[in-house]
Amino acid sequence: MAITVRHLSKRFGSFQAVDDVSFEVPAGELVALLGPSGSGKSTILRIIAGLEDADTGEVELTGEDATNLPVQRRGVGFVFQHYALFRHMTIRQNIAFGLEVQKLRRPEIRRRVDELLDLVQLTGYASRYPSQLSGGQRQRVALARALAPAPKVLLLDEPFGALDSKVREELRTWLRKLHDEVHVTSLFVTHDQQEAFEVSDQLVVLNHGRVEQMGPPQWLYENPASPFVTEFLGAVNVLKLETVATIQPGHLGDPPLVLPGRSQSSLVYVRPHDLEITRSINGRPAWPSRIKKLTRLGGLVRLELVLDDGTNLLVQLTRESCLELALAEGESVFVTPKDMKVFHESASFVEDYAI
Amino acid sequence: MAKIATSPVSLALRGTTLTYLGIMVILPLVALVTEAVTPGRQEFVAKLTDPFAWHALKLTFATAFVMVGINSVIGTATAWVLVRYDFPGKGLMNALVDLPFAVPTVVTGLMLVALYGPSSTLGAILNSNGLAVIYQPPGIVLALLFVSYPFVVRSVMPVLQEIDPAEEEAAKTLGARPWTIFRRVTFPTLWPAILTGTAMAFSRALGEFGSVVMVAGNRPLETKTGPMYVFGEIESGNRIGAMVVSTVLLGLSLAILVGLNALQRRPETRK
Amino acid sequence: MSASSTRFARATDASPRVKWLLIGAVWLWFAILILFPAIALARTAISGGLNSFWHAVSSPEAQRAFGLTLWVTFVATIANTLFGLGFSFVLVRQKFWGKTLADGIVDLPFAVSPIIAGLMLVLVYGPKGWIGKWIEAGGLRVVYSWPGLVLATTFVTVPFVVREVVPVLREFGLDQEEVARTLGAGRWKTFWRVTLPSIRWGLAYGVTLTVARSLGEFGALLVVSGNILGRTQTATLFIHDGIESFHPESAYAASVVLAGISIVLLIGMETLRKYVEAREHSVQE
Repeated sequence: MAITVRHLSKRFGSFQAVDDVSFEVPAGELVALLGPSGSGKSTILRIIAGLEDADTGEVELTGEDATNLPVQRRGVGFVFQHYALFRHMTIRQNIAFGLEVQKLRRPEIRRRVDELLDLVQLTGYASRYPSQLSGGQRQRVALARALAPAPKVLLLDEPFGALDSKVREELRTWLRKLHDEVHVTSLFVTHDQQEAFEVSDQLVVLNHGRVEQMGPPQWLYENPASPFVTEFLGAVNVLKLETVATIQPGHLGDPPLVLPGRSQSSLVYVRPHDLEITRSINGRPAWPSRIKKLTRLGGLVRLELVLDDGTNLLVQLTRESCLELALAEGESVFVTPKDMKVFHESASFVEDYAI
Repeated sequence: MAKIATSPVSLALRGTTLTYLGIMVILPLVALVTEAVTPGRQEFVAKLTDPFAWHALKLTFATAFVMVGINSVIGTATAWVLVRYDFPGKGLMNALVDLPFAVPTVVTGLMLVALYGPSSTLGAILNSNGLAVIYQPPGIVLALLFVSYPFVVRSVMPVLQEIDPAEEEAAKTLGARPWTIFRRVTFPTLWPAILTGTAMAFSRALGEFGSVVMVAGNRPLETKTGPMYVFGEIESGNRIGAMVVSTVLLGLSLAILVGLNALQRRPETRK
Repeated sequence: MSASSTRFARATDASPRVKWLLIGAVWLWFAILILFPAIALARTAISGGLNSFWHAVSSPEAQRAFGLTLWVTFVATIANTLFGLGFSFVLVRQKFWGKTLADGIVDLPFAVSPIIAGLMLVLVYGPKGWIGKWIEAGGLRVVYSWPGLVLATTFVTVPFVVREVVPVLREFGLDQEEVARTLGAGRWKTFWRVTLPSIRWGLAYGVTLTVARSLGEFGALLVVSGNILGRTQTATLFIHDGIESFHPESAYAASVVLAGISIVLLIGMETLRKYVEAREHSVQE
């Protein structure tokens, strides 16, 4: 394991920023710490870097205990959201800084800086100052600077947070490509699930300073362990059990979840793309509903439906199927859930139903 | 979420600098106030209401008030012109605005004497027409105007630069005329800065000595200001009188600084 | 600057008449208050010819006075630069009880009349002063001697470096230092290579203001130098005494030199700053 953290906790005054967090980052992987603001993700990253001390817990870097190691000797590369480039130094001097501290010889430094400039595609910019670069270029310089001393692990704190959306998308594709070339173990913090999905091999989902769930992004999406993870990883409809009970049975029998003895506080989650629209009952269980609003979003169409008991339901379907069904606002349709997740509040217990 | 430094180095730095501040600034201040009030309240009031002391204080206030009245208007106008217009000599003016901060106060006094004093051509003309400036109260005001000129300008300029043109443009699209725009949109943003500059200028004027002593003529009950009175009392060995007037002048300057601080902490004037 | 003014030219301009009236009025005021007096001073100083100007400036008394001023300025500047730098870090980076008060006290010398500053120092460090009597007993003289001049100059210039460095240091933040540490740089290396270069303009500006003010300080020095005929004079005291003792030609000459030094200092500083900033920010921002 390249990074191992065990039972990390950290308080700021009365605020529990990190609460008994443990996870591992396998060597060579790109892992995202994903969570809303205040979930403690940046603090964890700073503790791993040694910029912050944990109240309790351990940090191991490439198998060695680093808990009490000063920042300078941890061998981590750190990239800040706002780049933190040395403004009084040229791009070359910025990248060379870590190498000069290591007292490498000049030609060696020169060679390595050139190599990195090439890697981040900024070869012509060596003698410019940070203020002469665009946001995306600055962040690439910050990355090159962090990579220059060949760190054991690379830590990135919301690396794309300060960039506008177009540059951000380009840069994250680029980062993924770069990682596939360089293969340095990387841990990056983000609050953007899209970004986490696109870039990372593994996700660690955090909430209120605790780890909610870890795993590969797609696997987490399909197998969320908690309502929080389900809601955080994408749009979802939340239904009450009574609503589910109003479903009209199809020929294939009742949906298995509507059984007596269920806790009333249980909630049922259905993703908008897991709902199928039909003009008539076609043998499967379905709710009768009315189309309240139809919004075309290019290749996709978003429907807002109202069920008989007043529940609103968000449905997403492709432009083609919308055209095929010739849907329009105010019309009545049937809607079938293809996949539902039931969370029982009493126990951390999930049931998954595919129809 | 920055780490709060509690390392030995930080503590040593804090200890050393606070001690320096204590010895350099706090101790002398405490000494002055303590020694001034030691003889008792009656003595304090007696020294303060001494006709010579009282007149000197009144003169200081009167001249300071006249000065800030003029400087708040001219200073704002200068800042306005420097920020909003392009004109010949703008660069020169922008550089020269700070001149009063760079020029030693004695030299300031001498400059004014050189131009407006009785031995210059201009001064002679003024004198013969009963408009004498130097060695008269107007000379004091002139010296104060000079030394405190940059305060209002430098405090208003950055605020003026940061005003979003869209605000004024919005007022314009709503049909407001230029004067209305200034009065209703621009001035409300500007006044805290004008007040800050004015108060700093006033505080400076209460204590100004070097330039004033050169232009005032030092005649008791006529052109002797507070600080000049203090100096005279020190020279003639009357320390109590000097300390009492000093305490009053100092107290006022401090009150102004504290008031300004409170103003800057108000949410709508904070940047 | 000119970009912003042209942007505004559209937005606010009522009539060109108002504009030119304002510009004219400000220029006129400027001339009456600053420009013409400065010219008059220079003219008076050289009215006896360049020779006598040179003679006045190079007299032994004048040279001694300028020498003392430079020495006093040097010591006071070193003291306040070290203090100012250290205290800025304390104010920006540390939290402690009474910090707001300490922050306010730094500004105090701005509110104190130079004459009163001198008086305060005499009360503490004078022969019969609170601390002075102990020092005096040790055979050292502070007030009425050159250490008193240094003390007075230091007092009036305490705030400059702090006031210029604190905002830059605050704006600088911690990110760059943290990066330097992750790259392996220790405390000193980080300070010299990253922090100091980043705050250098604020620091240089504060030091320049300290120097300019030290060169020109007068009132406080007048008090602490005592009422001695033929006392050790600094440049400003030399000017003052020159006028008092009816030797105006030497006073005028010394004034021009002293003012010249201060102005050159400030302008040089400003030019240098613009040059460096232009280099570091030549494309954006």
